[in-house]
Amino acid sequence: MKIIILGAGQVGATLAENLVSEANDLTIVDLDADRLALLQDRLDLRTVVGSASHPSVLRAAGAEDADMLVAVTQSDETNMLACKLAESLFNIPTKIARIRAADYLKHPQIFSAENLCVDYTISPEQEITDYLRRLIDHPGALQVLDFAGGKVRLVAVRAYHGGPLVGHELRYLREHLPNLDARVAAIFRGNRAIIPEGSTVIESGDEVFFIAATENIRSVMKEMRRLDKKISRVMIAGGGNIGRRLAAALENDYQVKLIDHNKNNSARLAAELHNTLILVGDATDETLLGDENIDDMDVFCALTNDDEDNIMASLQAKRMGARKVIALINRASYVDLVQGGQIDIAVSPAQATIGPLLAHVRRGDMAVVHSLRRGAAEALEAVVHGDAKTSKLVNRRVDEVKWPEGVTVGAIIRGEQVIIAHHDTLIAAEDHIILFVPNKQMVRKVEKLFQVGFGFL
Amino acid sequence: MLRVFPILNVIGLVVLLFAFTMLTPLAVSFYYQDAALHAYDEAILITFAAGLLLWLSTRHLRRELKIRDGYLLVVLVWTVLPAFATLPLLFYMPHLSFTDAYFETMSGLSTTGATVLSGLDQLPKSINLWRHLLNWLGGMGIIVLAVAILPLLGVGGRQLYKAETPGPMKDSKLTPRIAQTAKALWLAYSGITVACIVSLRLAGMSWFDAVCHAFATMGLGGFSTHDASIGYFNSPAIEAVLIVFMLLAAMNFATHFLALSGRSLRVYLNDPEVLPLLGVILIACLSLALYLWHAGTYASYWTALRFVSFNLVSIATDCGFANTDFNLWPMFVPLVMLLLSCVTVSSGSTGGGIKMIRTLLMLKQGKRELEKQIHNAALLPVKIRQTVISNQIVFAVQALVMLYVTSIVALTLILVASGLDFVSSFSAVIACINNAGPGLNKVGPATTYAILTDFQTWVCSFAMLLGRLEIFTLLVLFTPAYWRK
Repeated sequence: MKIIILGAGQVGATLAENLVSEANDLTIVDLDADRLALLQDRLDLRTVVGSASHPSVLRAAGAEDADMLVAVTQSDETNMLACKLAESLFNIPTKIARIRAADYLKHPQIFSAENLCVDYTISPEQEITDYLRRLIDHPGALQVLDFAGGKVRLVAVRAYHGGPLVGHELRYLREHLPNLDARVAAIFRGNRAIIPEGSTVIESGDEVFFIAATENIRSVMKEMRRLDKKISRVMIAGGGNIGRRLAAALENDYQVKLIDHNKNNSARLAAELHNTLILVGDATDETLLGDENIDDMDVFCALTNDDEDNIMASLQAKRMGARKVIALINRASYVDLVQGGQIDIAVSPAQATIGPLLAHVRRGDMAVVHSLRRGAAEALEAVVHGDAKTSKLVNRRVDEVKWPEGVTVGAIIRGEQVIIAHHDTLIAAEDHIILFVPNKQMVRKVEKLFQVGFGFL
Repeated sequence: MLRVFPILNVIGLVVLLFAFTMLTPLAVSFYYQDAALHAYDEAILITFAAGLLLWLSTRHLRRELKIRDGYLLVVLVWTVLPAFATLPLLFYMPHLSFTDAYFETMSGLSTTGATVLSGLDQLPKSINLWRHLLNWLGGMGIIVLAVAILPLLGVGGRQLYKAETPGPMKDSKLTPRIAQTAKALWLAYSGITVACIVSLRLAGMSWFDAVCHAFATMGLGGFSTHDASIGYFNSPAIEAVLIVFMLLAAMNFATHFLALSGRSLRVYLNDPEVLPLLGVILIACLSLALYLWHAGTYASYWTALRFVSFNLVSIATDCGFANTDFNLWPMFVPLVMLLLSCVTVSSGSTGGGIKMIRTLLMLKQGKRELEKQIHNAALLPVKIRQTVISNQIVFAVQALVMLYVTSIVALTLILVASGLDFVSSFSAVIACINNAGPGLNKVGPATTYAILTDFQTWVCSFAMLLGRLEIFTLLVLFTPAYWRK
């Protein structure tokens, strides 16, 4: 696929990194030549320097025969205009724009084909805010991912002594919770993926991924570890785009304190947030944290745009007694460095937000894509099309399909119904199948299974 | 002093127009053939001539007024008009001193409702109507003063009201021009007045009494045609009607206008003052009635509630009617009523005091300072209805409240020094500066301000003017800087 990415910022760069490995022809456009040079050193792609919304720049980037345009510059207006031009001048089939301002998103009709010609909008800040919010709503979980509009969730937890299932075979889960359907999708022990079978024994320290209907998640988590206390007090460091949104999302259900070092920005935050206590100061300042009772905090979230600050602030907070700390970390190598140590959860914004973009790039009809374990694994929600003749899936039992080795089928959404998949479940057309793909190389094979028209097996 | 002449030109015109308002009592006098008929022709003639003379003599000095001229203009309007308004009273009652007459008309135009006259029942109907008309006209002036002129001058954080609150003014269809805004507000004011007249008539008043009392209610003045005030009627129905309309008059007329023009009650919920106003009054009525019942003043809770509700609403909204001598109640209750009169009414209403919006602002400011003690690094903006109020406005409001309290203390001390007892002095100052009406003790609801010496009467007149013009407007004229070129 020929893809043009506008904007080589955080989102653009991560997207390029993810897509370049999947045999796509990438062109990336930005105003900053240095930044582009840096990207080109690392990745096999073409770069164009210039203003992303100028027709000449788009033409130079190969807009004439591009399959997809992804506009992720800092400016909503540039992104929207670029999509409009891509349609009217170059006829690019798929156009995706990053839109931040809620004001635009409130009026979806402006993106229609008659107006701005934006096929899909993405809002990375909102994605990451929802991601953090789910983590705070499910204390103890390392990752909580939505499928089928939130009906089904994939949850990652670390198993600990004290959970009734730990030290037992997986099939014990069904005996222990007979009325409750859940499926363990993958187990990671150290860095090794274990394919879960009925006889697999869960050990303390395992990272367990399971799929269950949203209302059952707490009960399943209880099997893996002693449940954490419910969270009521949250402290956020950093009042940027993410910190502000998270505070706004949490402030009516939790007690929220937000620390920001910039006085003007704090004043803006204080005007906008009505139940959040805004503190002006440095998030690593020991006295400030002490004065604000860091030891009573259930969660401390370090969400500034500086990795080192976030790491230091969360380490400090943890040492001073915060029960759980979450740090936003952009650099992949740092994530490995800190995760599982003093810092309870390291969230990589790139990983948390890349999913919706990947869903549009994939072949086959992917409704949701979540990137896991720093891009190594993926969880997919794919839609089955065709009939018994044209599809490799329709009218077949789950165990009749030639899944790549290690892929687990977690659940099937049929209309409003959630079916936890078993080996004899029959697949029908228009089912949404939730899959866990432990290794990214297998994604191509999975895509093929979902493509229509190959006829025979 | 050259600056003053263009302002005098405007005053001349205002006086000229004021002469025409005297045609109303003249017509009433003619209709009823009462004894005051002769008082009006001279009064109208003098007023008209004085206005015309002033207007013509300064005509060549006319120029566009500046915002700064607004202070002097407003103060002059509110001091000169009461002087001319005394003429019918003086001509009808030659024994009445100018001091007392001026107090009476100042009380009328500032919608205070304190009186020096007794034997109201025996006064000619046209004289009584004149007093009530002053209340009503005063109310009209105050609404425009409060909604259009004071925000322009930025008095005591008034700009708060102009642009910064998400209250009625922001999304209002009220026009940016003062003249049109005034028209819109007077429309609401007149409309509600008519409704009040009809309701009072239906509740059992005569048409004449209904008109007079509706005038006094909407202006939150509180004059009555009877010495016993509303106690004369002894009718719960009339009291209920008056309570409703006093509360309406204590709300912002801009909100009324929006509600009437948009036919929606939602604007009342969006007004930051309406709910606190009603809440405070409801709680105060229920609990003070309980207190009086418990203290044995009234045998039944419902009787206590009836008397407390009426008098409390009347005093707290700065109206000033009474249906019983609340001076005889345990001191606690009238004291609470007087204190409420300082703080409860909305801005943009016809009431006095520091206004609910400033009260709220001061409470929030206090809460902010308390929280600041605990959270040293916290940024805590003062918000009203989720909108941040700038510190400058908070400071302006603080200054106004400070000057207001200082004025009360100073004027009380002056009255005490002049020989009046403390309770009478204090309550008279509070009642006058809030434009409420009756005080306690010697100036209570059953007596009049006639017992005061001339000096004390002038002090009270001054207090009414000071309160009406929100202190700053008047005091700024006493600063040398204002007169400097």
